[in-house]
Amino acid sequence: MSKDIKIKKGLTIKLKGEAEKTLSSAPRSRTFALRPSDFHLITPKMVVREGGKVQAGDTIFYSKSNELVKFVSPVSGTLTKIERGAKRVITEIIIEADPQDTFKDFGILSPDSSSAEAIKSRLLESGCWPFIMQRPYAVIADTEQEPRDIFISAVSTAPLANDVDFSLNGKEKELQAAVTALSKLTKGQVHVGVGKSGSSPFKGLKDISLHNVSGPHPAGNVGTQINKISPVNKNEIVWTIAPQDLVIIGELLLTGKFNPDRIIALSGSEVKTPKYYRTRIGSEAATFLYDSGLKDENVRVISGDVLTGKKISPKGHLGYYSNTVTVIPEGDDYELFGWNKPVFDKISTSRALTFSWLTPNKKYDLDTNTNGEHRAFVVTGNYEEVFPLDMFPMQMLKACMVKDLDQMEALGMYEVAPEDFSLTEFVCVSKQPHQQIIRNGLDLMYKEIG
Amino acid sequence: MGLKQNLHKLKEKYKGTKMAPAFNALHTFLYTPNETTHSGAHVRVVDDLKRTMNTVIMALVPCLIFGIFNAGYQHYAAIDNTLRLDPLGNFFTWDNFILGAWTVLPLVIVSYVVGLGVEFIFAIIKKHEVEEGYLVTGMLVPLIVPIDIPLWMLAVAVIFGVVIGKEVFGGTGMNILNPALTIRAFLFFAYPTWMSGDKVWVHGAQAMAGQPDAISGETILGTLAANSHPVYSLWDMFWGFIPGSVGETSTFLIIIGGLFLIFTKIGSWRIMLSAVIGAIAMGLIFNGVVAQGWIQEGSKFYGLMNEPFWHHLIIGGLAFGIVYMATDPVTASQTNKGKWIYGFFIGFMSIMIRVFNPAYPEGVMLAILLMNVFAPTIDHYVVKGNINKRMKRAKHLKAKTA
Repeated sequence: MSKDIKIKKGLTIKLKGEAEKTLSSAPRSRTFALRPSDFHLITPKMVVREGGKVQAGDTIFYSKSNELVKFVSPVSGTLTKIERGAKRVITEIIIEADPQDTFKDFGILSPDSSSAEAIKSRLLESGCWPFIMQRPYAVIADTEQEPRDIFISAVSTAPLANDVDFSLNGKEKELQAAVTALSKLTKGQVHVGVGKSGSSPFKGLKDISLHNVSGPHPAGNVGTQINKISPVNKNEIVWTIAPQDLVIIGELLLTGKFNPDRIIALSGSEVKTPKYYRTRIGSEAATFLYDSGLKDENVRVISGDVLTGKKISPKGHLGYYSNTVTVIPEGDDYELFGWNKPVFDKISTSRALTFSWLTPNKKYDLDTNTNGEHRAFVVTGNYEEVFPLDMFPMQMLKACMVKDLDQMEALGMYEVAPEDFSLTEFVCVSKQPHQQIIRNGLDLMYKEIG
Repeated sequence: MGLKQNLHKLKEKYKGTKMAPAFNALHTFLYTPNETTHSGAHVRVVDDLKRTMNTVIMALVPCLIFGIFNAGYQHYAAIDNTLRLDPLGNFFTWDNFILGAWTVLPLVIVSYVVGLGVEFIFAIIKKHEVEEGYLVTGMLVPLIVPIDIPLWMLAVAVIFGVVIGKEVFGGTGMNILNPALTIRAFLFFAYPTWMSGDKVWVHGAQAMAGQPDAISGETILGTLAANSHPVYSLWDMFWGFIPGSVGETSTFLIIIGGLFLIFTKIGSWRIMLSAVIGAIAMGLIFNGVVAQGWIQEGSKFYGLMNEPFWHHLIIGGLAFGIVYMATDPVTASQTNKGKWIYGFFIGFMSIMIRVFNPAYPEGVMLAILLMNVFAPTIDHYVVKGNINKRMKRAKHLKAKTA
């Protein structure tokens, strides 16, 4: 049985440099990195010291607040360096890879015949747990609480994002194993949103509740789908998992190996030949960046899409959750009369001498310039046009800024993640950092209430 | 290239000093800054607050230019009444323009220099960037005052309006009352003789009062409030060849400006439309009251109450207020549903004040200020609706599981 979710409000941002649907293998990376900052609010407690040998699947560190939540090595090799920042916070853990991988064997676990307990402890010990995110608070799932439902979005509407149907091609077996296993961990449903058109590998699977999603971005955001299918209420918990992470979970259950392969979309206007690469979590971005080639030196490399990704250096490493790497020009230059001249080559949601409304299908080459300075909230009504969730975005942001916990809760803070505010941030005339504001608000709530 | 690099060097030099906000305010008028995104979305839309404000100013420029010609025209037409026989032919003349520019441009200059001066001082004291809010306010102010207002009064009012109306609340984006209307309200209550009557709307009327060749010019609202009949034709009112505040006489240009604001998505069509509906509703009620014979000729309310409802839209400052001031996003309702309610009551109250307060027949200023005060309350209840829905959902669930 499938249901339709139709999103009307939103904005699909069309950018140059879409990844061509051909899959190449990136050269094997020399070093791999785990960045604790990828795991929000997790303080790492190291298990392996500098110089220690690890196999793929060996625990590197666990969460200081819950030692059940383990983080494992994506590769076999030697842990060469633990980089620390201010206050000795661990910023990066570097592992030098062996030429050949050896895997820690967790043993095969049939999802059909195993108990929920067995599945859960396998996910925890194998380092697959961090793939499961929870709402409220948009953090790694609490190991104690059973989720009401589990949500998976297999639609990509973000600009230049990884086409899920393409990158999951041929992975039906792993996906089935993973969703069956997950369906045992909840009394509710495993909801999967798939594109209305297109051949999603989820379409033939059992143990899921399928939803056909259509409409502009953020239709593909899992938060949008949760809001339309069954919003999160107070005292409820739902889980969300990215589809590629399901493949890793599925493979672990079927083979007993933690094999964190990623099929990433290398895209963006500064990439010479944007296309898909098979690589691995934590790989050096240089392995595929220079295989494909960059057009310019002054670029921003983003691990993730342009709306929600993290800035990395071209010599940096792929983030833990990223399945897209986008390269766009840096915009660190002045523009003469940029505030009043007619603009044809940048996106705008207004028509104030901006003409992107004339060419809705044109693809743009946007840079990282903010196109204006940070200001107080002034304009109203423009966030609502791109915000499909049934709540008031500006009021929510203001509640977060003044730390009004009651108001945040009342307005629906339990339902959102920072990424839900990426489009309002994009269109913000006052150039306010919406995602950061929401993140801080969620963290405050987590500290005070959660 | 040279200028860009030199300015960049200057900016780096001033960075962190007290002068930085002032320098940056000027610098960013020439160049959009080289600022890049750090967190969250890496790309942003091209619109910024400067562009938004600039769009409103562009919508106001036709009103300003018309106001300049009209200032001259009203002066000469008051002296020589025959000019009114052919308004179009006698309107766009050099004489009108020169006299108008001579009287209107000082208002614009004083408004901007004083207002931006206050903004700069506050930006330097409070160490934030100079916000763009005053760019629109500074343009609105000269358009909504009588032509002969003494410049020092205007300066005092601007200082009052910017400091008390805006800066004490925390600057642009935080104010409760529309700053331009705060300025006008200050003038209105502090110097009423300069803001109403039949001697202020035409240049020179006050100066020549008492002389044998004295001129006067009453606004249509004033005439109606006095239960007499205006001498101007409806077309004159529509095109704007009538006495009134500097820039708010031409309904035609205001409609053009309003459509431009709606098209560019800068002005809220919800507010404009619902305000027009509100004004029509109140006008119809009053027309009905007269038709019922409850108010007889001779009542002091008769003149304005008997005015056909749609005339109200083209006389006085109603159209100007609805298009340019009710839509100020900071002081209006911020929710879409709230905007409908807010706009409706502005139109409704404007006409009500107009009719029932013939001493100050321009109701739109007070109506907007009043609704500015109520806008947060309206929003509160609109948002409350959403909150209640969410609570109901949670309660329903609790009932189900219990």
